[in-house]
Amino acid sequence: MAEHREYFYRRLHSLLGVVPIGIFLVQHLVINHFAVYGEESFNKAAGFMSSLPFMLALEIFIIYLPILFHAILGVYIVFVAKNNVKRYGFLRNWLFFLQRITGIVTLVFIAWHVFETRVQVALGNASVDYSLMEGILDNPVMFWFYVIGVLSAVFHFANGLWGFLVSWGIAQSPRSQKIVTYATILVFLVVSYIGIRTLITFAYGV
Amino acid sequence: MAEQKTVTFIITRQDSPDSAPYNETFNVPYRKNMNVISGLMEIRKNPITAKGEKTTPVAWDMNCLEEVCGACSMVINGTPRQSCAALVDELEQPIRLEPMSTFPVVRDLVIDRERMFDALKQVKAWIPIDGTYDLGPGPRMPEKKRQWAYELSKCMTCGVCLEACPNVNDKSNFIGPAAISQARLFNSHPTGEMNASERLEGLMEEGGLVGCGNAQNCVQVCPKGIPLTTSIAAMNRAATVQSFKNFFGSDNAH
Repeated sequence: MAEHREYFYRRLHSLLGVVPIGIFLVQHLVINHFAVYGEESFNKAAGFMSSLPFMLALEIFIIYLPILFHAILGVYIVFVAKNNVKRYGFLRNWLFFLQRITGIVTLVFIAWHVFETRVQVALGNASVDYSLMEGILDNPVMFWFYVIGVLSAVFHFANGLWGFLVSWGIAQSPRSQKIVTYATILVFLVVSYIGIRTLITFAYGV
Repeated sequence: MAEQKTVTFIITRQDSPDSAPYNETFNVPYRKNMNVISGLMEIRKNPITAKGEKTTPVAWDMNCLEEVCGACSMVINGTPRQSCAALVDELEQPIRLEPMSTFPVVRDLVIDRERMFDALKQVKAWIPIDGTYDLGPGPRMPEKKRQWAYELSKCMTCGVCLEACPNVNDKSNFIGPAAISQARLFNSHPTGEMNASERLEGLMEEGGLVGCGNAQNCVQVCPKGIPLTTSIAAMNRAATVQSFKNFFGSDNAH
């Protein structure tokens, strides 16, 4: 493996994007969707998640470290690409370009989101519950920032899922790659709905 | 005498590998069924710009003149393609000619495709049969497979796929789609198969398979219609299996 360091890191990058980061993203948005059923049920669900045993270890090894690795190598990957969608406006080339844009947007969003909901909580300035998110999303600027952040993250996940299936050689034929494209569009729409619906509840109480 | 029709070329020129590029415009007498190369030949005969200034003849590379050697690739009206197969009647005027930007320019439209040949070396895109004695005939290839492999063998290392790839540039060491597809061609040959793992090792080295970001421009622009992205995905799978064999297995020599 030592002689194939770049190969190993890039494959690890692809894998981490799906397991655990992609799974965590879907789980996170689904749990947050409890907000739609009322403040009580969101606080109960969030309380359950934060009361899981070995919480800090779970967060570090399933969330923080994989995202950190994925982000650092990801920024490098963005840097080495020379995008040419103007000259070659094919669908896949656009998705390639958007994958890099949404990666950077998602990174900025996650940094801010972690600051608001983890750093501030650790400093004792806030506690994780319905009213924290309600307070943040009450501001229309923050609401739209969160909408863009969630859509970016979900797009990056859905399109990355396609990339994962191709990069590991699961979807080879043009036909299978096309069907996987449709499937990942569906994933994007469904997961985006779950995320945005929750944001609307926090912001407007409906 | 009727007025003579002309063809206008705007050519990006460069005097040496390190000098700055500049544009020059040429008006060339039109002939029926002209291709871009015959236009360049006219300029060579009479190297005078549209402004009437005498200049040096434009340099370009060519060989077969029938779209099988890959030497005459250049960017024609924004599209990388072979200048021998680019017919003037089918092009919008003025015709803009530029060298392919992915490769170092030697002079004018002549580029150095050495990185492609280095890539073929990295993936060992050949079948080693030389030795000190006659090895006898190799295993036979089924006809159906031969027909399929023939499509992959049409690659002429022309560089158009590398030119279109966003991940092949001076910031990355990605070898590009052509060599990956060639590794697949030789790995599917009954004799070439005997060294399949060596080619996969080459694909797993720096700049190999993982440099692909699946923008899939290559398959769209390939003048030979080679299923490059299918080849890349097929090699991705083969490399995945090989890397698992390397780490967990003990039969990874072949």
